[in-house]
Amino acid sequence: MGQTLFDKIWDAHVVSSNEGFPDILYIDTHFIHEVTSPQAFDGLRLRGLPVFRPQQTVATADHNVPTWDQHLPIKEELSRYQVDMLTKNCAEFGIELYGLGHPFQGIVHVIGPELGITRPGSTYVCGDSHTSTHGAFGAIAFGIGTSQVEQVMATQCLLQSRPKRMKIEVNGKLQKGVGAKDIILYIIAQISAAGGTGYAVEYAGDTIRSLSMEGRMTICNMSIEMGARCGLIAPDETTINYVKGREFAPKGEEWDKAVAYWQTLYSDEDADFDSVLSFKAEDIEPMITYGTNPGMGIGVTQHVPETASFEQKEQGSYKKALNYMGLHDDQQLLGKPIDYVFIGSCTNSRIEDLREVAQFVKGKHKADNVIVWVVPGSKQVQEQAIREGLDKIFDAAGFPLREPGCSACLGMNEDKIPAGKYCVSTSNRNFEGRQGPNSRTFLASPLTAAASAITGVVTDIREFLKEEELV
Amino acid sequence: MSTKIFKHIQTSVVPLPIENIDTDQIIPARFLKATTREGFGNNLFRDWRFDNDGNPKEDFVLNEPKYSGKILVAGKNFGCGSSREHAAWAIADYGFDAVVSSFFADIFKGNALNNGLLPVQVSDDFLKRIFEVVDADPHTVIEIDLVDQFIKIVATGEQESFEVNPYKKACMTNGYDDIDYILSKKELVVEFEGRG
Ligand code: SF4
Repeated sequence: MGQTLFDKIWDAHVVSSNEGFPDILYIDTHFIHEVTSPQAFDGLRLRGLPVFRPQQTVATADHNVPTWDQHLPIKEELSRYQVDMLTKNCAEFGIELYGLGHPFQGIVHVIGPELGITRPGSTYVCGDSHTSTHGAFGAIAFGIGTSQVEQVMATQCLLQSRPKRMKIEVNGKLQKGVGAKDIILYIIAQISAAGGTGYAVEYAGDTIRSLSMEGRMTICNMSIEMGARCGLIAPDETTINYVKGREFAPKGEEWDKAVAYWQTLYSDEDADFDSVLSFKAEDIEPMITYGTNPGMGIGVTQHVPETASFEQKEQGSYKKALNYMGLHDDQQLLGKPIDYVFIGSCTNSRIEDLREVAQFVKGKHKADNVIVWVVPGSKQVQEQAIREGLDKIFDAAGFPLREPGCSACLGMNEDKIPAGKYCVSTSNRNFEGRQGPNSRTFLASPLTAAASAITGVVTDIREFLKEEELV
Repeated sequence: MSTKIFKHIQTSVVPLPIENIDTDQIIPARFLKATTREGFGNNLFRDWRFDNDGNPKEDFVLNEPKYSGKILVAGKNFGCGSSREHAAWAIADYGFDAVVSSFFADIFKGNALNNGLLPVQVSDDFLKRIFEVVDADPHTVIEIDLVDQFIKIVATGEQESFEVNPYKKACMTNGYDDIDYILSKKELVVEFEGRG
């Protein structure tokens, strides 16, 4: 019987496996940030332990940092305290920190890949659920809680039971204007926000293969939104070319050895998955969510479902969600006025996302009723955007390019969507209050978000693209 | 380092019959700025529990005097979303020892177990029964026994067994944790690193 990609990597990292116990899994790199680490450092102090492998630990400040005037001290006292704590803890325990002002600073799931730290065949964890992003390279990567952050700091290992394996295939040609974000929102809408719970999900099929690394990261990033432990995609030429030459990528002989290994990382043809799902690329429209979990998504031209279409016991939760969103049964979102557009987060803030948006908005201007924030995923993305002149295009369009951080993805800094306002957001969660108390989120792709910013209402990007083809 | 020991509880419950309760509802991100584990209970379910001016909303279960107890009973897919352990800390800090639902999100389940908060997964039908019985009598007492792995509605005698990872059960009933366990195998870790 052949092996899945997931099992090949898992087996190569098992330190010890004992009947009745979870496996002890070796972690190659541990990413940490300011919000979920302070209690873990305290735990180490209480136990009198050092960080076992500080050189395999990478720290950055991203979750609560301001995205404007980053060179000034952080105004908000508690955020400043948390960032200061991280600096102090990293110094005390000998961990490299890419803090504010460092050229490598940025959202943890953006900097790992762009620095060549994220590579095929390795294991990554971080106290953040979107760690699944790194799986796009053919790696095992998942989010952990703070007790586990402490565990990995203390031992470079994690106690984990092996999850079940699911394969999700997408084949066929995508419609114009439909991208990676739409694919993953579509899959989650099909299988629900809990549909992947307990599974490691491998994405496969020719549509997935045709995606850039950025697109693959967008897909794996949102694996957690269907409840999956992690998501991964077998490495190929696209992966290898992306990693090659990056800051911390292996060089010379090491590189050749690494590539030879990476080429063995795929699911064998007769590998056994616990579940296999297939979708057709042609069926996927530009997607938008209407509710308060990422599984509540529809094609942008479709109507919000009727309460009666749900089972009795689910109707209460459904009504509560629609009520929160200020929507009603059977409503069409297309044409609905919006207040904010947020382009950013570890789902869609990479240079490719910004290029795509810039190309589309060039020569256009945002609608008066909309405030737009473009927040790059990292310092390097920001500088690259400036080098390419994207900031000028954005400025002219009324889309100011801010400084890197998580920003309105979770509203821990000042970037909050006000109560009752609608935001078309390229981030990954539309939970109640996620972007600020009582804020209302429509999750969508960068192109849908940009088009909606231009018109001021929820917009079908395909209509724009059709018109542009005509001129 | 020892954690809290959990073997058996018998108490009234707080019902929250909502599905897909995510960790942003349990503890909103803006309250994650503390650098210790204590005090999160004050902001548990913050935006459901208090209005924008910080006044308690009367119709939310935690503010209803008729409900109290050490068990939170919630709808399916509890704890989805972020990996923030603060969610488990907030529930435990508020005073709950167990959460009952018909489905838990993975990371939440792990975080809860690491903090002496027991997630008890029951069938959809049993969950429905608990909600019905508690609705009829808010003082309904539920018994949870980790050693023998059952949950029981005391007044009616209805009961169901539940699953728990045997290793995690041993941790909770003895009060030891994962770090103790891995540290006891440290030579294997070093040997693994040497394999290159
Ligand atoms: S951008 Fe959002 S989802 Fe991504 S790491 Fe930051 S807070 Fe988490």
